[in-house]
Amino acid sequence: MQFPILSFIVFTPIVAALLIFLIPEDRKNEVRVAALAASAFALVLSIWVYFAYDVSRGGYQFVEQVNWLPALGISYKVGVDGMSVPLVLLTGVVMFTGVLISWGIDDRPREFFTFLFILATGVFGVFVSLDLFMLFFFYEIAVFPMYLLISIWGWKETREYAAMKLTLYLFVGSVIALVGALAMYFTAGLGTFDMLELEKAGFSREFQILWFPFIFLGFGVLGGIFPFHNWSPDGHVAAPTAVSMFHAGVLMKLGAFAALRVGVMLLPEGAKFHMGWIILLTLVNVVYGAFIASVQTDFKYVIGFSSVSHMGLVLMGFATLTREGFLGAGIQMFSHGVMTALFFAVVGMVYDQAHTREIPKLGGFRKVMPVVAVAFIIGGLVSMGMPGFSGFIAEFPIFMGVWKSYPLIAIVAAVSIVITASYVIRVAGRVFYGDLPAEFEGHVRDVNVLDKIALVFLSFILIALGVYPGWMVPWVESGVDTILRLLGGA
Amino acid sequence: MNGSVFNVTMFLAIFPELWIFALATLVLILELALPKAQHRSLGWVTAIGLLLGIGVGLVVAVPSPQAQLVWGDLIRFDRLGFVFSLLFMFGASMTALFSSNLEKLGQRGDFYVLMLVSTLGMCLMASASDIIMLYLAIETTSIPLYILAGFYKDDEKSTEAGFKYLLFGAMTSAVMLFGFSYLYGLAGTTNLYELANQVLRNQLSPFLLYGVLGLILVGFAFKISAFPFHFWAPDVYTGAPTPIAGFLSTASKAAGFAVLVRVLWVGFPEVQPYWVYILSGVSIATMTLGNLLALAQRDMKRLLAYSSIAHAGYALIGFVAVSELGITSVIFYLVVYLLTNLAAFGTVAVFEKTSGSSEIASFAGLSRRSPWLAIMMLVAFLSLAGMPPFGGFVTKFAVFAAAVDRGLIGLAVVGVLNSIVGLYYYLTVLKVIYLYRSEEEHVAVPVPQASLLALAVLCIGVIAMGIFIAPGFNIALLGARALW
Repeated sequence: MQFPILSFIVFTPIVAALLIFLIPEDRKNEVRVAALAASAFALVLSIWVYFAYDVSRGGYQFVEQVNWLPALGISYKVGVDGMSVPLVLLTGVVMFTGVLISWGIDDRPREFFTFLFILATGVFGVFVSLDLFMLFFFYEIAVFPMYLLISIWGWKETREYAAMKLTLYLFVGSVIALVGALAMYFTAGLGTFDMLELEKAGFSREFQILWFPFIFLGFGVLGGIFPFHNWSPDGHVAAPTAVSMFHAGVLMKLGAFAALRVGVMLLPEGAKFHMGWIILLTLVNVVYGAFIASVQTDFKYVIGFSSVSHMGLVLMGFATLTREGFLGAGIQMFSHGVMTALFFAVVGMVYDQAHTREIPKLGGFRKVMPVVAVAFIIGGLVSMGMPGFSGFIAEFPIFMGVWKSYPLIAIVAAVSIVITASYVIRVAGRVFYGDLPAEFEGHVRDVNVLDKIALVFLSFILIALGVYPGWMVPWVESGVDTILRLLGGA
Repeated sequence: MNGSVFNVTMFLAIFPELWIFALATLVLILELALPKAQHRSLGWVTAIGLLLGIGVGLVVAVPSPQAQLVWGDLIRFDRLGFVFSLLFMFGASMTALFSSNLEKLGQRGDFYVLMLVSTLGMCLMASASDIIMLYLAIETTSIPLYILAGFYKDDEKSTEAGFKYLLFGAMTSAVMLFGFSYLYGLAGTTNLYELANQVLRNQLSPFLLYGVLGLILVGFAFKISAFPFHFWAPDVYTGAPTPIAGFLSTASKAAGFAVLVRVLWVGFPEVQPYWVYILSGVSIATMTLGNLLALAQRDMKRLLAYSSIAHAGYALIGFVAVSELGITSVIFYLVVYLLTNLAAFGTVAVFEKTSGSSEIASFAGLSRRSPWLAIMMLVAFLSLAGMPPFGGFVTKFAVFAAAVDRGLIGLAVVGVLNSIVGLYYYLTVLKVIYLYRSEEEHVAVPVPQASLLALAVLCIGVIAMGIFIAPGFNIALLGARALW
């Protein structure tokens, strides 16, 4: 039997969470060091699994299976394919950088890292699960720590409201999808929750058409699909920095990924039937999200709505049901995850110094925190889809895919690039250039070295992917092959 | 069967009852023998005695898959009754641990004796196969509970709780007995397993059966606090000593379900569509009402009371999905719910002893006062809310699965919508514990050893049930298969 690396990845955070909770309350530095060590370990494992994935072979690899509840055909079954392995890597990256930039949390850091790591286990678990029950199990493990993380360590003004709103939205989505999943299980009559088996269940067309919207939109809530995106900007803004990074960087991918894996891959006929109107929803996401982002005055809301817009692109890529669309969406999930983690880290750093996020009140931060300014600009270029950065590698195929099936939508969606450019440039100019307002003179200091490490690390990934996409495109392509096979070569 | 000949099986069949009876006698003797200062240890004696009983029972008294009717067909020696008996003993044992530190409660031998007698009644309820035995068992369970609910004689709320419980209980029990008498008159037998045959043979008018069943259901609905006989629960839980409230909401409710399962599934298969129809409605009303009213509560015990009403509604979902999966899901649900809700009431009991209040607001700052107690409440409440990796998730999943399996998708949808409402108020409580600050937040909340042990066992059980699903589910399955 091979080394169960995926199980190690999934359970490292939760074991770390338990150990951290055993550290006495007042030993805050030990807590932080333990958290950093655990996240570094998870990062190393996820990098390892990423590069150990055999692209030429494709398919699901590192598969482990243990009976969980044989009476209902539930098993603990994990494995990664080309679609999910980048997301495992992404989670490792965001977890590691999230711990780095959370060093300054002083109110009950033990509880903070415990909840954060429970969340991380949930996220890893969803990305690697090949069993439908297990997917829900980990999906909801990823949801509830958000509530506590946001409501306890979040922004005082809105945290209670935003945390509850977020949790209820996500929970509604997931239980609706759950009913759909149960319907699939019993209709298939195979007595198994194994998704690889359910793929072959041969659901009738009527069944697929009936249940696809429940599954896709149920999970799509977490992916931020219009009109159920409303929780997301509020949640992002209220959350503490590391949680925003996790939330926008990883959690929203969880929704998109589950919608793909359970919705599109298990109910392909349903997908073909419904995607025609779902793509319109995603179009609203893309364009409307960008518009709203461009009129915000709160720095964090700008980024929050930009996430809605970019996640719209991911879902739009799915909705095209074309090779290009899926490829772009797969890369966009990774690229946007890293980019938005970078953005939220920057916002958090600026806010920690300035104690305001009102863009008109900020200015000239380039002088005091040059690294942060450069990181923001890199993130901005990614978000505009500039060649040489990962955003281009991701968005270009998506637009190609859309153009192939719906040229008109491609044209409208392309408007979002212009809007994105406008708000990124505006924010960069207002916040980092110009003169430092007098009230900040002397109060604002540069960020510490851990923050810089995090920023440099995230920026490096974005550029590396943009300059040399060869270390990700083949991975995602092999995953797309599986999806297209299920769709019958659409 | 010839009732005059004794054999070993007959005594094995009532092993839990015999053990509990012996334990109750021991506690009574010890109360007299021990000096007053050591009465605290009565709680430990009760708890350990019950756990030992579970252990010994698992070794010697496991029923064979082939069920047997014993004691003149009054008792059915099967795995369903056995699983429930052990469950009640476990619940009583934890309740004894929670009580042992409460002066006016846990240091009196009569308290433990009453609780044990009530547990004995529950064990009989779960294995009774005859309506006369059943009625006696229900009364044996209820009468000590009336006294226990009003155990704080000098506390007006507690006596009110006891009296209210008595009035409600006596009335519904009388209605149920009336129904039983009709049943005997119509079918000419008191045996549940004979009943179905007789009904078929005599070709009874279904309308008569509907009426009789309606009368009987009144009594059962009271036991499980289902709509519209749930009114007593909030008042009784608030007034009764907190560990007893926990006991009422778990073991007593589970006993009600055990009876419901046996009587309806075994005795009334002929009119199944009728009671499925009624109980689906009761299920929807119970969970919706419980959850909606829980939203408005300010007192933790009242909140838990309404939440326990709601949980009866969820368990009924599995009940009306008439299938092996359905019944398994109900048993599994009750096992996990017992662990979870006892943990919830246990944490409240511990906190209440220090703060003197069970207002939700008074729990503010608990995570700073006692991080471990807070995390245990977190485990219990999230499990009640149905979140993984806790047992509550798996059991909710099981009942919804049973409903979808039988095509009751509407019922499953109402269930999941309700669980969202539930999530809201459970999270609100956690918010108070973790987020809000209080002036007393530097005052630690001491957790007595006995309670700590019980809470640790319960929380680990809740988590274990959620992660290692198969053992719990399989035990429930064994119980379910023993029904016929």
